[in-house]
Parts: sequence; C-alpha cells; structure tokens
Amino acid sequence: MQLTNLTIRETHQLLITKQLSSVELTQATLQRAHEIDPKIKSYVTITDDLALEQAKQADERIAKGENVTPLTGITFAMKDCISTRGVRTTCSSKILENYVPQYNATVTNKLADTGAVLIGKTNMDEFGMGSSCENSALFNTHNPWDLDRIPGGSSGGSAAAMSAGLASFTIGEDTGGSVRMPAGFCNVTGIKPTYGRVSRYGLISLVSSFDCIGPMTRDVYDCATVLKAIAGHDECDSTTFNSPVPQYHQSIEKSVKGMTIGIPKEYFVSGMEAGVESSIQEAIRTYEKLGMKIQEVSLPNTQYALPVYYLLLFAEASSNLARFDGTRFGLSISENAKDVIDIYLQTRHEGFGDEVKRRIMLGAYALSAGYYDAYYLKAQKVRTLLRRDFETALASVDILLAPTCPTTAFKLGEKTNDPLEMYLSDIYVVATNPAGVPALALPAGFSNNMPVGMQLIGKHLDEQTLFQVGHAYQQVTDWHKQLPKL
Amino acid sequence: MTNKIDTNMVKHVAHLVRIGISEEEAQKFSPQFSSIIEYFKMLNEVDTENVPPASDITNNTNVLREDVAKPSMSREEFLKNAPQSERGYVKVPTVLGDE
Repeated sequence: MQLTNLTIRETHQLLITKQLSSVELTQATLQRAHEIDPKIKSYVTITDDLALEQAKQADERIAKGENVTPLTGITFAMKDCISTRGVRTTCSSKILENYVPQYNATVTNKLADTGAVLIGKTNMDEFGMGSSCENSALFNTHNPWDLDRIPGGSSGGSAAAMSAGLASFTIGEDTGGSVRMPAGFCNVTGIKPTYGRVSRYGLISLVSSFDCIGPMTRDVYDCATVLKAIAGHDECDSTTFNSPVPQYHQSIEKSVKGMTIGIPKEYFVSGMEAGVESSIQEAIRTYEKLGMKIQEVSLPNTQYALPVYYLLLFAEASSNLARFDGTRFGLSISENAKDVIDIYLQTRHEGFGDEVKRRIMLGAYALSAGYYDAYYLKAQKVRTLLRRDFETALASVDILLAPTCPTTAFKLGEKTNDPLEMYLSDIYVVATNPAGVPALALPAGFSNNMPVGMQLIGKHLDEQTLFQVGHAYQQVTDWHKQLPKL
Repeated sequence: MTNKIDTNMVKHVAHLVRIGISEEEAQKFSPQFSSIIEYFKMLNEVDTENVPPASDITNNTNVLREDVAKPSMSREEFLKNAPQSERGYVKVPTVLGDE
C-alpha cells in the first residue's frame, strides 16, 4: 500500500485506529519524497527534522485522544510563498533565496494547530508570475504524468507533489488560476475559495485584491476538510469574512438532482483541444444522468477577462514588490553602492527574473501619469462588468461548469519565448479572481494520456454547493483515482 | 497615443521602479512591452460609460478594531533578516545625496 496515495479520510481512519502512526506515515512520505522528487523537483525545501518532530507530537495527541482533528498527523506540503517561521520561504526567487521568516502565516498557524505535519515547501513561478513553473528562478518542476511536460503554474510544485504522492495534501495559492490550472494538468482536486474566505496574512502578496490560498487534494471530500481547517476570519487580514465557515461535509452527500448547471457559451468557442472538449462534454452528460439540468448561459465580457486580469496584476504587483529593496531582508547587493538608490537598482536587477521585471515595469507604466485612465482605471471599470457577468449568470443557475485550460499540459520550453502566448493559456481561469467568486477544479478525463481538468464556479461564499456538486461527480467517476506511473 | 514602447521609455520605467537595466535588456523588453500593451488596447472596445470602477469585491467597509498595544516581534528578532544593522537600526548608505 502506497500510504501517500490514500485520501486524508482513509489515512485519518488508519491513524485513529492505531493501524498506522504519524511517524510511520511521515517517514514513508519523506522516503518517497527523497526517492521520487529528484525526477519531478516539486520541493524547494524538505523539512525532515521538523516533520518528524511534528509527527511525534501528533502521535502523542492521538494516543491521549486529546484534540484530534481530521488533519492530526496527516502530511502536507506548502507553496513557497506562504511564510513558515524558521523554514526558508523563497517564492522561488533569487531575491528571497535565503530568506527565513520570523513569523508564521495565519494558514501555517492554523495547520500547525490541527496537528498536520509539514513535509516541505514547493516550487512555483517566481512570485506566482507564470503558468508553467518555468519562471522559478531555482529550477523547473516536471509533470508526473510526462516528465517532458510542465506541471502548470504558478502552484506547479504543489500540484506535482500532490499528483506524485509526495504528501497527503498540499497548499497552493490562486491569483488567476494558479491552483486550478496546475491541478487540472496534474490530475488533482483543488479549490480557489471566495476572495476573503482564507486569511492572506503571511502570504507574500502578488495581487492583494485577487490572491486566494487554497488546498490541493486527492478528492473533493478532502478538499472540503482542508478548506474548513484554514478558512475563517482573521484580525490580521481585514478582507476576511466574519461569517462562520460552514460544515461543508454536512451537505456534501446531498443529491444534486434537480439542480442546474450553467454552461458559459463563451468558454466553448474555437481553440480548445479536441480531447479536452470531448472530456468536458462527457462530464456534462454525467451530470445530466445524475438528474441535473443543463442550461446555456452567457458571460459576455469573457474575452476582456485576460487583459483586465493582467493589467491589474501588473499594477498591484509593481506596488507590492516595491518592498524587495535590499535593505531590510532578502538579497542585498551593496558593493560599490554610493547611495541607497544604487542598492535598490543592483539588488532588484540581480534578484528578479525577467518575467517579474516585465510585470513590475509594465505595472508602473500603466499607473503612470497620462496612462492611468486609459489602462488602470479602464480595467477597473471592466472588472465591474466581469463581476456583474457572474452575478447575472449565477442568478439563474446553481453553478457554472468550464474547462480549466484549452489544452493539456504543454512541453517544457514550448511557450517560454513569447510572454503573451504564455498568458493566453490562462484564458479560462483568470475571470474568477477579479470577480472574487470561488471555483473548484477536478479531474475530468484524459486527452492523449494527459489529464484534463474541469472547474465548477459558484456564487460568493458558496463553496458548499461546489463541494456537493464536485463530490457527486467523483462518486460516479474515477478519474481522480488515476495515478501517474513513476 | 503611440503603441510603441521604445528603449528610452523602457529605461525610464525601469528607473522609476528602481530596477537596474542594461542596453541589451532594454532592447529585449521593448518589442515585448509594445505587443503586450497593444493587446491591452482591446479594452477600448468596451463601453464603460456610467460603469463605476471596482474598488472592493467583498462588500466589507471600514473594518475597525480597538487600538490596543500588544506584544510584537522584538527588535532583535526583526533585525535578524536585515543585511546590515547598527545599534538596533537597519543600516543603509546615504539616502540624501549631493544632488
């Protein structure tokens, strides 16, 4: 039995019936990570000693029967943009290559409180800027289904580690598809929650008004378990909702009969790979068999989602990344600096990769005098229209269904020469973030032996319906149970 | 408004955001910037007359809390990550130059 291929639910059962200890699980996970990960390179840092220490504590909790949660003793990996006290947090950037945070993100604290065991930190596109993990300044991550292909981005390391069974769950972060797109490419389940559902405190910001931390798991049931553990109000993040986090599992088994799925017609135009389209059509038929109604809906401003998303990303990122200046933390290049400006110029020149530089510079350009109205303000207005599109469409249906990407995972190097070409691979996943709505990605089949992902998009704060509808699909399909041969 | 972002504009913006840049880099970025900005112009097709700009997507307004002092990170701990420090302060070279 490959322990890390089990679900959280199955593993929890073994732990509480004392058929397995967390130390045994952790040792098996670490061993597999050291054995398999050199091929995949999903981990930036593996925290062997800390993991075994946390596992021992979890076993004590279980032995005493005190404060045992569904995640006590369960192993996980976290995207390297979420702060972990005492554990290097790089954002896969040279500017933070040796940065060790002095404090934990709220998500890190919440997971530590549940008794989950941190196996390590995972690779990503530098600062989350990319769709393939190839913008990591450290190294490339490979797709476990085909090592010549990319795992998707920016949470590529988290998706690849989950897919390859290198942890029982992983944590990603979705600014414009960065959980869902790699989840689809690597055949795992992942959610981008409603903006404000999960605290961003201690997350190294990319776009403060888009960023959403979300789990990746073996199935929808587990995804609800992890989201329940990390969601909630946080006084350190004033954008978090004060409303209680629902008991997602209470409604997850409820029948979906009579509910309505909306199919956004703008998502089913030209350019989709044939195998992706047929998988999605098959998923729609599966839902019809479950008694759901299918209704075509329109999101009329879909074609503008990508320019709105990237413009606002550039603008917010150029401001957020101003903090990396070589004076208080991170890389600092001060040789021959005659004044502080020289430190900024040298540090940021050496510390940032090309994509990060492009986005910071284009953001400053779009915000600068004379261009502000034409670009930034215009994009914020169209953002209002994008949000209204979702509100209107979701007023007449329960959820929306769409693919996560027009293609399956592409080859390493295939799109690295043309930044714009790379941006276009995000076409189906970016619109949700400017609108703030939640979306659940799940495996929906294969095209030429590579995984196809679909996403369910829901109303604000209605993760419950997403889990219910996603879980119903996984009760009658087994795509999510398919594992790569490694 | 011209579509082309020439190397002088690239260097100007690089300086604004305090990123050092070489001539070769400016030449590489210039056509890339021009094509990306050109792509953004598709937004001009959208009628946004009477559409307010988005400012918040949570409908939260003015989140306030009591202003109470609480323990925070110690000065010593904070300075652990500073490249250079002296007498409890972060140290940097001259900020106000001769210019």
